[in-house]
Amino acid sequence: MATIHIDGTAYEAKAGENLLEAILSHHLDLPYFCWHPSMGSIGACRQCAIITYADETDTRGRLGMACMTSVTDGMRISVQAPLAKNFRSTVIEWLMENHPHDCPVCEEGGECHLQDMTVMTGHSMRRYRGTKRTWQNQNLGPFIGHEMNRCITCYRCVRFYDEYAGGSDLAAFGSRGRMYFGRFEDGALESEFAGNLVEVCPTGVFTDKPFAQSYSRKWDLQSAPSVCVGCAVGCNVFPAERYGELKRITNRYHGEVNGYFLCDRGRFGSHFVNHEKRIRHAGVRTRDGEYEFGDMKNAIKVASTALSKGAIGIGSPRASFENNFALRELVGAENFCAGIYDTELEIVNTALDVMSKKGIVVPTLKQVEEADAILVLGEDIANTSSRLALSVRQAVRTKSFAMATDANIPTWQDAGVRGHAQSEKSALFIATPAATRLDGIATQTASGSISELVSIGSAICRRIEKATPNSDDFAELVADSLRSARAPLIVTGSSLESVELVQAAANICRALQDQNQTSSFLFVPAEVNTIGVALLGGRMSLSSALQKMSEGHSAIVLENDLYFRAPATSVDQALESNNVVVLDTLENRTVEQASVVLPAATYAEQTGSFVNYESRAQRFYQVFQPRDEISPAWTWLSRLAEAFGTESSWDSYASVLEQCAERTFSQLKNIAPSSDYRIDTTSRIPRQTHRYSGRTAMNAQVNIHEPKAKVDPDTPFSYSMEGQNPGDQNGATIPYVWSPGWNSNQSVFKFQQEVAGELVGGDPGLRLIEPNGAPLEYFDLGTSEVSRKDGVFEVIPLHFVFGSDEMSNKSWPIQARAPAPFVLLCEQDADALEVKAKMGVRIDGESESVEIRIDTRLPSGVVGIPRGLVEFPPNGTGRVQLSVDPDFVARSSGDAEVIAKG
Amino acid sequence: MSLQDTKPLIGRVQEVGGLVSLSDYESGGGYAAAKKALTQMTPTEVIDLVREANLRGRGGAGFPTGVKWGFAKGEPQTPGYKYLVCNGDEMEPGTFKDRYLIEFNPHSLIEGMILGSYAIGAEKAYVFLRGEYHEPNRQLVRAIGEAREKNYLGKSIFGSDFNLDLRIHLSGGRYICGEETALLNALEGKRGQPRYKPPFPPASGAWGRPTIVNNVETLCNVPAIVRNGAQWYQDLGLTEDSGTKIYGISGRVKQPGLWELPMGTPIRELVDVHAGGMQKGYKLRGILPGGASTDYLVEEHFDLPMDYKTIQEAGSRMGTGTMILMDDSICPVDMARNLQHFFAQESCGFCTPCREGLPWVEDLLADIENGKGEPGDLELLEQNAQYIGAPGNTFCLHATGAIEPLQSALKYFREDFEHHIEHKNCPYRAY
Amino acid sequence: MSTVALISPLSDAERSEIEAEVAHLPDRESAAIDALMIVQKHRGWISDESLSAIAKFLEMSPAKLDGIATFYNLIHRQRVGRNVVMVCDSVSCYVMGADGLAQKVQDHLGIKFGETTPDDCFTLLPIVCLGACDRAPTMIVNEDLYGPVKEEDLAEVFSRYT
Ligand SMILES: Cc1cc2nc3c(=O)[nH]c(=O)nc-3n(C[C@H](O)[C@H](O)[C@H](O)COP(=O)(O)O)c2cc1C
Ligand code: SF4
Ligand code: FES
Repeated sequence: MATIHIDGTAYEAKAGENLLEAILSHHLDLPYFCWHPSMGSIGACRQCAIITYADETDTRGRLGMACMTSVTDGMRISVQAPLAKNFRSTVIEWLMENHPHDCPVCEEGGECHLQDMTVMTGHSMRRYRGTKRTWQNQNLGPFIGHEMNRCITCYRCVRFYDEYAGGSDLAAFGSRGRMYFGRFEDGALESEFAGNLVEVCPTGVFTDKPFAQSYSRKWDLQSAPSVCVGCAVGCNVFPAERYGELKRITNRYHGEVNGYFLCDRGRFGSHFVNHEKRIRHAGVRTRDGEYEFGDMKNAIKVASTALSKGAIGIGSPRASFENNFALRELVGAENFCAGIYDTELEIVNTALDVMSKKGIVVPTLKQVEEADAILVLGEDIANTSSRLALSVRQAVRTKSFAMATDANIPTWQDAGVRGHAQSEKSALFIATPAATRLDGIATQTASGSISELVSIGSAICRRIEKATPNSDDFAELVADSLRSARAPLIVTGSSLESVELVQAAANICRALQDQNQTSSFLFVPAEVNTIGVALLGGRMSLSSALQKMSEGHSAIVLENDLYFRAPATSVDQALESNNVVVLDTLENRTVEQASVVLPAATYAEQTGSFVNYESRAQRFYQVFQPRDEISPAWTWLSRLAEAFGTESSWDSYASVLEQCAERTFSQLKNIAPSSDYRIDTTSRIPRQTHRYSGRTAMNAQVNIHEPKAKVDPDTPFSYSMEGQNPGDQNGATIPYVWSPGWNSNQSVFKFQQEVAGELVGGDPGLRLIEPNGAPLEYFDLGTSEVSRKDGVFEVIPLHFVFGSDEMSNKSWPIQARAPAPFVLLCEQDADALEVKAKMGVRIDGESESVEIRIDTRLPSGVVGIPRGLVEFPPNGTGRVQLSVDPDFVARSSGDAEVIAKG
Repeated sequence: MSLQDTKPLIGRVQEVGGLVSLSDYESGGGYAAAKKALTQMTPTEVIDLVREANLRGRGGAGFPTGVKWGFAKGEPQTPGYKYLVCNGDEMEPGTFKDRYLIEFNPHSLIEGMILGSYAIGAEKAYVFLRGEYHEPNRQLVRAIGEAREKNYLGKSIFGSDFNLDLRIHLSGGRYICGEETALLNALEGKRGQPRYKPPFPPASGAWGRPTIVNNVETLCNVPAIVRNGAQWYQDLGLTEDSGTKIYGISGRVKQPGLWELPMGTPIRELVDVHAGGMQKGYKLRGILPGGASTDYLVEEHFDLPMDYKTIQEAGSRMGTGTMILMDDSICPVDMARNLQHFFAQESCGFCTPCREGLPWVEDLLADIENGKGEPGDLELLEQNAQYIGAPGNTFCLHATGAIEPLQSALKYFREDFEHHIEHKNCPYRAY
Repeated sequence: MSTVALISPLSDAERSEIEAEVAHLPDRESAAIDALMIVQKHRGWISDESLSAIAKFLEMSPAKLDGIATFYNLIHRQRVGRNVVMVCDSVSCYVMGADGLAQKVQDHLGIKFGETTPDDCFTLLPIVCLGACDRAPTMIVNEDLYGPVKEEDLAEVFSRYT
């Protein structure tokens, strides 16, 4: 700790950190542009000028950049000195020479960091007489708009995109006063993190394109704290609504989980909420197979008759913990099925078991970034949990920070750290069947069929136990770096559908424990609430549930398209009965065959909890009240319970939560304040900003009187602008970030204890599992030999960030980025089949043929089939036959490059 | 006494009347210094000698070369781990000395680089050469080939265990690449933007390794210092500064050119004696003493000796020691516009004051020159100059250099600026 | 892998010259500027296609390489004529009447700065100080430096280039 004197007042700061961070950490105002809390300093914009004084007698001081100055004990500086203030306003004047005066029509207006800084520095008069420079913009694909005239050349975009996120198709072009930031040619930005440009750019150069199509000002948006439903990482988000439509998703800072960044599946994957195929009314299937909508009472009646003989409940990894719980209560634990297929459930339960074992560390993403040796076993994390991959990208930089520290280069001096480290990286080993987008930063990669990957895992384990001298194969290298690392980490997941793989990963952790080494275990589940639903402990497997249904058992299916989970034939049979009640949000094949359909609310329309990969339970709050008959699933379940006359019925979210916490995990009540929580004992938390406009006009076509604000019995939030933002009291209830003078998302520092640190009110969420159980035991892994036959291939399930996730696939921007259906083959097998890339094959003689892509990493004898893109034979035999389709014409797609790139 | 005893840099060029071939160079004592150092001196001894000689960098900043070399000395001695880079970018307007040295005496640069590399422990050295320097490039390529053949470059030079690989990197252009950290980025094949210091290149330079960057003329001085000793070198200078300097003059003099003269030769002697005085009908009004990025000196300064300290005290800089003369036919406003056009155009575009401020300055000057100046423009210029020009306000010293001639022009030729604005015309133009 | 050979339009000479540069550098990307200059020497300028080919050859993204190419003024990202004339516009030449010379050159070639003659013979560009200030005003045609350039010499000088 050091003491610094800022304009005569003493403050505590960390010696060695940069002065800008120290100043902002005390929640003082100092304008900046190029510095970013996650990306360090480069000193380009010259906006953060301050005066430093040599000592007490120095009255003149020297002007310098706060972001490029290290804190030293006893240092004296001034933020308010006239020279510094005048310089800062001159910097804005320079930036404004060429900046268009388009605030009124600019998408960034009202949440523009440049606007804020302009006001903050006091620059207001244009003295520059010249013409403004102008640019042509590029089409950067469905996600990102481009308006280069607004650029202030802070370099944040390329630094984030290229250096932080590892992209390669966005660059800085030109020089002097003619700097251009864009692509080599028009085309979709390839990186799955491109969406962050919207928030990283301090002006309106890179904007949210889908949002722009149905635009509202930030201050007119209604939002609430929520959790992304794109994958199991559980990034915190702000979904924002107006006119009953979900408008956009922005990042909600969480110190341990997502920090400042989201992936594009998360940012652009939520437009399914507005989908035209939303189920809006309760419906009953009539004898002729058509649906009759509108008679809710009848639907409930039909449903309860169908269910009266006792029903199976099929839960869902994409439904909230509470909704799953309500279903479990309704049908009884013995009739409750988690809704994920048998193998996957076994995998998840294995992982949960490992996570609860003594000495196992399950790292948060922030902790992942500190790992200095990582093994990824079997999971293509760039596609299944992209935000995690972004953290792994940062983890490989730990070595560069160590090198910089040795060379007396401050770790915040970003260019210096990178230049000094050159290509030196911390250890990252990736063992996956196919190439991944992280391969480029890996120390070494290994490929194999699933069973071969298990063997590689076992080999690593043996080498950790006992090094093999003079050996330098993959297993030895991995073992060696894990053994000698400061913070080693094993990452695995369920996407390859192999229990053995997870067991092999756990065995490596076990072996590390024997070496007195930390054993960090990160298991990537498939969906947002996979861990949650597994923890609810359904006793019935999905296959037996389907079996029973085909035998005539009635069932309630909660937010689950069974075709996404189980072989189509068994689902077909199961749905043949007339006794299936489906609660869901969007039409799908399961819904189409239900006897009763009940319209469930999406995550944006209800309050609940999801449990992420760490077992961190996080609350998400209703952003807006759904229209029509749409209602949270638990309300339907409650009505059904009532109709049954069962005891379980709930009249509010609070009552579901109460019971749920009592019967499952008591922590659930503590992860966020309850519905009766009030700021300063009186105020609710406003979902609308204090500048929310048009309250009296937005429904004028219905009623010219201002409607009474809707009451929210479920949460401490209000559907109005009255109230108080509780940022300094509780991290889980920040509805949007705003602070006086800081209208943009940059204001988040005012909500943090220190820059990029924990939220003032604490980072939200609590873990449901603590690793304090029995010691971890080795799993016994038999070796299974693969037999190979001509034309028959072992199926490797591939995942693609855009296209493999059930719900985001129904979001139109994601659809626009999803690649054409394809299969992946290695060169050798393609040669044997006499096919080349871009030709077509049929899988098991299906009528639709798909494009072939060649992957140099893929082993022979396997075929990669992307889930969600190709009608998948899930959990079938695991083998398919491929036959060439000579008439195939490839749908040309720029994404072909992306996936193959690695 | 040979010419080389008083003119270690280009005395031999004069003796042979042009290009110094390898045999010319050798017969004049060339490569003896390198041999002596590699076989009889430790690297530390070479550094100490250069420090004692008080050789100061000829690239513009005048930093003591021996001291700089010392910074890289203590680094790990892994063979080939460090780099010596010769800065042969020479894009400072008005400067043409390095081209001359490379074109006519390439072996002296090579020998200087052998000595510098040996002193700091570099086994790889680069000459960063201006892309437009075609003839110097041809001469240097040839000379390097000759030196390799003679094993002055390569493995076990002079039978010692010292190896050196010397390469040329031809620049893709841009003045900023002469700034040593931008130069390193360009050398690495990247965009030539400057780097923040620290880390200074001797700690972490090219490809993250300890690197010394020296100007061509600086390195060309080293062989003679090793050959003749520190005292001899110190005695060459007329004032506090050691050695000789290549002074150059461009502008309306009778004989523009460059001359190797003792450090501290007075300005007036340079103009009147060596350059033969002003051309008929032209009167000298001001000079930029060390290239386009130095402050103007005027009549009152013309008797000063040209050395680092004196010129600095007079409010300018020695810079590259090659002077640009402004005669009385030149409009100071238009000349300032010409200069700012250069600096605005050559800004790398990284930091705001330089990228956005200099074009504004250029625009203002163009307006004033074209009779469109407005009251308050001088204050605007001054404010810009103040905020762009103070070291530390911008990321590197490019913008600082850009403002030096402007600030001094506003000081010394203020009436000209005022006249333009007041009368809305340029009195130097025939209307 | 064979794909590079199939797709890349770089000539054997270009490839071997670039490889020679790569050989003494720590990584392929470090040869970016050298590679651009080599290909430009062979083709006069760097088209988008050439740029992509070089990027592929150096195993880097075209965006990154173009970021480098567009930084440097000696790398032509637009087509130039068979001969490139560059007239110095920096201060020493300015003092010696470069503005007048620049006008004369434009008149003589019938094009403005930044343009190419219709017969593709000359492209005219401004250049900063050529380091020959004692011979101001100067200009450079391809690799030949001229100075002091007088109006009456222009015809003869340009006639040397076809
Ligand atoms: C904008 C700018 C341009 C420069 N251009 C050159 C140059 O062309 N040649 C040169 O030797 N030094 C140039 N320098 C100085 C170098 O940064 C560096 O100080 C010098 O090469 C060190 O060599 P020395 O110690 O031998 O003088 C320039 C500096 C700046 C700020
Ligand atoms: S002062 Fe700034 S913009 Fe100018 S050359 Fe230096 S770093 Fe680049
Ligand atoms: S934030 Fe400090 S210079 Fe940009």
